[in-house]
Amino acid sequence: MRPFDYLRAESPDAAVQAAAAPETMFIAGGTNLLDLMKLEVLAPARLVDITRLDLGGIEADGDGLRIGALVPNSDLAADPRVRRDYPLLSRALLAGATGQLRNKATTGGNLLQRTRCYYFHDRDTPCNKRTLGDGCSAIHGVNRNHAILGTSEHCIATHPSDMAVALRALDAELELLSPNGSRRRVALADFYCLPGDTPHVENILEPGELITAVILPAPVGGRQIYRKVRDRASYAFALVSVAAAVRVEDGLIAHVALAFGGVAHMPWRDGAVEGFLQHQPPSPALFAEAASRLTAQARGFGANDFKIPLLQRTLAAVLAEATEVTA
Amino acid sequence: MSKVTLTVNGRTVTREIEGRTLLVQLLREGLGLTGTHVGCDTSQCGACLVHVNGQAVKSCSIFAAELEGAEVRTIEGMANRDGSLSVIQQAFQDCHGLQCGFCTPGMVMSAAALLQDNPRPTEAEVRHHLEGNLCRCTGYHNIVKAIMAASGQDVAMAAE
Ligand SMILES: Cc1cc2nc3c(=O)[nH]c(=O)nc-3n(C[C@H](O)[C@H](O)[C@H](O)COP(=O)(O)OP(=O)(O)OC[C@H]3O[C@@H](n4cnc5c(N)ncnc54)[C@H](O)[C@@H]3O)c2cc1C
Ligand code: SF4
Ligand code: FES
Ligand code: FES
Repeated sequence: MRPFDYLRAESPDAAVQAAAAPETMFIAGGTNLLDLMKLEVLAPARLVDITRLDLGGIEADGDGLRIGALVPNSDLAADPRVRRDYPLLSRALLAGATGQLRNKATTGGNLLQRTRCYYFHDRDTPCNKRTLGDGCSAIHGVNRNHAILGTSEHCIATHPSDMAVALRALDAELELLSPNGSRRRVALADFYCLPGDTPHVENILEPGELITAVILPAPVGGRQIYRKVRDRASYAFALVSVAAAVRVEDGLIAHVALAFGGVAHMPWRDGAVEGFLQHQPPSPALFAEAASRLTAQARGFGANDFKIPLLQRTLAAVLAEATEVTA
Repeated sequence: MSKVTLTVNGRTVTREIEGRTLLVQLLREGLGLTGTHVGCDTSQCGACLVHVNGQAVKSCSIFAAELEGAEVRTIEGMANRDGSLSVIQQAFQDCHGLQCGFCTPGMVMSAAALLQDNPRPTEAEVRHHLEGNLCRCTGYHNIVKAIMAASGQDVAMAAE
């Protein structure tokens, strides 16, 4: 690992000012950053430790919740309000990593964890996300865990977070603090970027900008499911995941929010598919049609072709479970 | 170089470290506490598991510099005051919960964290809890048995 300067921030303002300097990164739980620094995929000259900042705590925010950026994944999953009102968030968190990692991993860090694309981690292979213009080794290489939606010819990586998928289905917002002291709120829907021709840009954070909190709107109720399909039953990243919050009233789907993991460069959501399901009587035929609309633009790259039918079937199964419709 | 002061197994220590010094390096090389092992060095296997401020974490993915003022407990701090094995350690010995022993310090520390929160776990809870601790010798059945025994529960395990 390359040497670097370590600085412990005493306040959020001091943290963002320090982080505005070139080659500087925040460190929170470190569970993603350290691995990437050991591989020298990331080699910051300076680390700003934000773990002592007063950004913990989960508080009521109107009818919703305000989750401090430093709240550990374990505490967030175990919070009684989260378990009662946003159960899909709790389930998504518990489906990710393992206890010891969740004890350290933070809410902000989880949102910013980097892709698990093998080539991104291997400095001996070309990767546009590491060095723009070098090319993408995955498109014609090993791409079993890669994206099928929203890809570009420059990058087909996925975002690996389970928590982010749940937050996307729950319409979360982020609170950001910039080095000039101003705060802004951004919907998670507008936070992540598709790879396009700038795969090294993964989100709209400005240099030095700090995530201070995640805000959840009022609970939507209904049935909430987080279904993660992976190569083994525990301790693996999602091949495909579906987060669903569905409410059926008088035999019709009254509310539906769906977000998908393991399939794109960001947690994926498709308003047209939700619109199609809205106000319809749930049935296997309806779910099959929703699944085929969801994947109409999907494209596989060989080893990940299986994700298209897998996504379709997982969505249909989740909708059937959420609406208690059996085939 | 900078200095870090922390408590390790009840003893306050101060050491010169680099920014990039990992907690596990401080423990093994700085303090000679070689009971904490490094298996993968990539936060997967759990061989390096220690307790920081009472919580189970992987010491290969923490910078020592972050631990100013923290309380760390390692496998060397697990035995009873008189040097006899703790209940959990004794149970690992009695149930043959180790083969080569490489994963054992992490397993014991992980078990201690589980029993602290959940003194009478079910077998399924023990298995689920151990998902972040890999045993290359795959001696999982006896490890689970040991943890059940340490919690004072009889083990009638179907799969053997
Ligand atoms: C073996 C293993 C298995 C895993 N399995 C899963 C899994 O199944 N599902 C899953 O979702 N995740 C999984 N993870 C990933 C884990 O969830 C992330 O590593 C963790 O959430 C990152 O959080 P952190 O606080 O440790 O981030 P850090 O490593 O501290 O930081 C990550 C990035 O975020 C930046 N950052 C951190 N906090 C802030 C902030 N407040 N504002 C701005 N920037 C910030 C840092 O600069 C860094 O770039 C796994 C990890 C490991 C090691
Ligand atoms: S998919 Fe993206 S991250 Fe992976 S090699 Fe291609 S450019 Fe790099
Ligand atoms: S050595 Fe730390 S988890 Fe494997
Ligand atoms: S006893 Fe050998 S690795 Fe577990």
